[in-house]
Amino acid sequence: MTFTSPVLSYTLLSPMLILLGGALIGVLVEAFVSRAKRPIVQLTLALGVLSLALLQVWNIRGEQSLTPAMGSIIIDGPAVLLQGSILIISIIAILLIADTEHFTALPAALPGSEEERKAIAMGAQVTEVYPLTLFAVAGMLMFPVAGDLITLFVALEMLSLPLYLMAGLSRRRRLASQESALKYFLLGSFSSAFFLFGAAYLYGYSGSVNFAGIQESVIGGSGNDVLLLIGLAFLSIGLLFKVGAVPFHSWAPDVYQGAPTPVTAFMAAATKVAAFGAMLRIYYTVFANAEWSWSSVLTGIAAITMLLGSLVAVTQRDVKRMLAYSSIAHAGFLLLGVIALNKSGLDATIFYLLAYGIATVGAFAVVTLVRDSSGEVTDLNRWKGLGKRSPFAASTFAFFLLAFAGIPLTSGFIGKFSIFSAAYESGATGLVLVAILSSALAAFFYIRVIVLMFFSEATEDGTSVEIPSILTRTAIVASAAITLILGVYPTPLLDFISDLAIFIR
Amino acid sequence: MNWLTLLMFLPLVGAAVVSVLPKTNEKAAKQAALITTIAVLLVTIAMTLNFDRENVGLQFVEKYAWIPSFGINFAVGIDAIALVLILMSTILAPIVVLAGWNEAHGGRWSVKTFYILILVLETMMIGVFAATDLFLFYVIFEAMLIPVYFLIGGYGTGERAAAAVKFLIYSLVGGLLMLASIIALFVMSGDQFGHTFDINQLSQLQMSSTTQNLLFLGFFIAFAIKAPVWPFHTWLPDAAGSASPGTSVLLLGVLDKVGTFGMIRYCLTLFPEASKTFTPLILILAVISILYGAFLAIGQKNIKRLIAYTSISHFGFITLGIFAMTSQGHSGAVLYMFNHAFSTAALFLVAGWMISRRGSSTISDFGGLQRVTPVLAWSFFFAGLSSLALPGLSSFVSEFLVLVGTFTRYPVHAIIATFGIVLAALYILIPVQKALHGPTTPGNENLKDLNLREKIAIAPVVAIIVVLGFYPSPLLKIINPATTNIVAQLGFTDPAPSIEDK
Repeated sequence: MTFTSPVLSYTLLSPMLILLGGALIGVLVEAFVSRAKRPIVQLTLALGVLSLALLQVWNIRGEQSLTPAMGSIIIDGPAVLLQGSILIISIIAILLIADTEHFTALPAALPGSEEERKAIAMGAQVTEVYPLTLFAVAGMLMFPVAGDLITLFVALEMLSLPLYLMAGLSRRRRLASQESALKYFLLGSFSSAFFLFGAAYLYGYSGSVNFAGIQESVIGGSGNDVLLLIGLAFLSIGLLFKVGAVPFHSWAPDVYQGAPTPVTAFMAAATKVAAFGAMLRIYYTVFANAEWSWSSVLTGIAAITMLLGSLVAVTQRDVKRMLAYSSIAHAGFLLLGVIALNKSGLDATIFYLLAYGIATVGAFAVVTLVRDSSGEVTDLNRWKGLGKRSPFAASTFAFFLLAFAGIPLTSGFIGKFSIFSAAYESGATGLVLVAILSSALAAFFYIRVIVLMFFSEATEDGTSVEIPSILTRTAIVASAAITLILGVYPTPLLDFISDLAIFIR
Repeated sequence: MNWLTLLMFLPLVGAAVVSVLPKTNEKAAKQAALITTIAVLLVTIAMTLNFDRENVGLQFVEKYAWIPSFGINFAVGIDAIALVLILMSTILAPIVVLAGWNEAHGGRWSVKTFYILILVLETMMIGVFAATDLFLFYVIFEAMLIPVYFLIGGYGTGERAAAAVKFLIYSLVGGLLMLASIIALFVMSGDQFGHTFDINQLSQLQMSSTTQNLLFLGFFIAFAIKAPVWPFHTWLPDAAGSASPGTSVLLLGVLDKVGTFGMIRYCLTLFPEASKTFTPLILILAVISILYGAFLAIGQKNIKRLIAYTSISHFGFITLGIFAMTSQGHSGAVLYMFNHAFSTAALFLVAGWMISRRGSSTISDFGGLQRVTPVLAWSFFFAGLSSLALPGLSSFVSEFLVLVGTFTRYPVHAIIATFGIVLAALYILIPVQKALHGPTTPGNENLKDLNLREKIAIAPVVAIIVVLGFYPSPLLKIINPATTNIVAQLGFTDPAPSIEDK
């Protein structure tokens, strides 16, 4: 047996390598840097690593290669765009995570125990959250560029495991937070098992775990279609779980609510980009010729996801749960772009992912500001009259809600317009009508929150709006500015996406 | 000269100036807003003087690439109809600012915010009539809901928040239906000659009659909600009943005209065949609106809601004129849009002064104002006469033209619509009698008459109503070539009046 040494293209892999390296250094910082200096060192490290990776993504923007890592990774235009989006969102999200007030002092201590009190008194902070975030981002970067099912699975686990942990780190309401972490972990493992099961069937169908090999079998059409259908169905379940599509959405509201808000922001925005990125690659290239097998199922899922997400959101009384259902509805809108299966659908989905991700981080950033003496206030009834108490928080939040609702002059409108027209172009007229109907429903609950904030009299219950720290303020202002710019003059980004977004197969 | 961009830009400059003024100096904010709106009016008048009325195409055309990958341009240009409506909007703006000088004080937010919203809204009102790119039109059509929403909810009275939400939800649902149609047009244009939103090019699209009918409905329902036409009207009485008088004037006078303007500019031009298919249905809706609005107006106890219902009746006339497909009907409808703005403005502003003096908007609380506040009472009486289309006042000319234009093609509709005029006399004269005439009822003895500012604000409205009542031809000369052209393009010739041989 001869052994061929792997040929790696380090330049093309560099964004992921930088992240992994940074994460490992982060772990060492935990071990060797004094407790007092850790937060600032970790934050600088994380920001530096993310920025460096982003720079590296920019440098490889024109590159295309099927074999940067022996066929396990594929770098092309969409890969660069998605990795760039994930990194931009992560940079804004890390500014929120840096506000360690949201995290428990000692995750290992029992909630309410003497140990915990001591840790709080000592001013301990969980700076481990930075390396965890970096590991998760590394997994997210790898997810949409994976070139075979094994890499895809490894990336899936790499992005999920840190998130499971991070969901349980909340300082307030620790039991709810731990419950949400456990729920996320159990359901997530379940979906990973489905995913792996599907991968095994696809290997049985094509005799290969490599995307190119599977694609060949799909085009050749010689394989056993039953294996293809079972494999694809289970693989899709794993992916749909990650984006929170109905009926695989039940984790989302609990986890969104229980997790520390900065983690929710990061998870809601960045995971969506990664998971939809992987879906785009899988459905647009590997299974494009088997459209008959998945298109109608995804259409049904998209329709119920949009409708259910919007309908249930109307009844929510908690701002984080409302945003969770709204993100479910948006997953449905994004599925329109996957189903469209045309160039404009690809461009539109990538634009929508970035626009939605940034608005999401901004919206959750505002949520972190509304507090009372025992922590964040997420009960919508206590958001009444927020416009009077803090015009900054209320008006930026209203702006993000208008973006979610797709009102013109926000990035959300351009995203919706482009994704709806791509779906219409592909002939999915009925689905576009459902999407329009859902948008109308969704507008209703976004407006309800705006009414609460501006038109309801405040109740005297000690809810106050914290003066945002400079980092949080930066995150909010940056998100709002990007949302506005992408709504008023999206041309440069749209052109950039349109030039780059071509899959190589 | 880039007239239209200049016009759209000026109010924004004013809004920026107001926004940097100190919050405590309310007077400066008001003055800045007044100066800005007057400046915009002067520029509009200068533009009108440069308008070539023989030219039926678009004038003052400007076009800048906005989102080229979707074929979207920032494209503006106006024909005579858009010119008249822009003129109407820019005349109303300074009047509203002056008449509602103290209107913003009862609001949730500062006076400054009120004027910023008004000025931003003025930019959008000009833009929505000037847009010749369907995407730009849609963006402004939707975006202008936001300032109005905050104007109603922030500076209105009574159930203002609920009314604002109702207004927004109705409009958004209509807007989304239109968005569906716009997406379909966009995709079809891509298939046939490359993506575009240029309305002239879009009108060349080939489509099956089913498609055309569906897309027409998407647009028409959006505009029917905006206008509003029965049965899409229920948001209007609430919104107008809660909004401050100045906001109501802009809402009924200008924003609702976007609906009827849209029917002409978009429904008729983009979907000529479907327009003909749906004409019988729409004419029936228009006639129902005329009578329904009038009947409900008679029964109203609240003066603001009464005016809102009269407007539903008036919008029925405008819609009737548009879909009668005759050049008189069209000219009448366009003139009606202009005149309605001023008669409604007069009614709302005077009613607003009455309400703020008396502290009540219930008609039965007033009585015998004639003796206490003669100028106020006469102004209200005059505004009422204009609303019921008394000959010699401007509304008469337009109502007459609409009815004549309708009669030549649809005599039955015209005859039924005529009853609307009779009912108009009732819904105006009953409150006039209750509130103005007779003995002065308790609570009204010490009301103050109009002050100088209010007189100055109402004077131009009265002047326009009287002058255009006796001498409408300057306006008609601008309107007629455009409307004749539209009717001819739709393939209609005016039926010749037939005289029985003897």
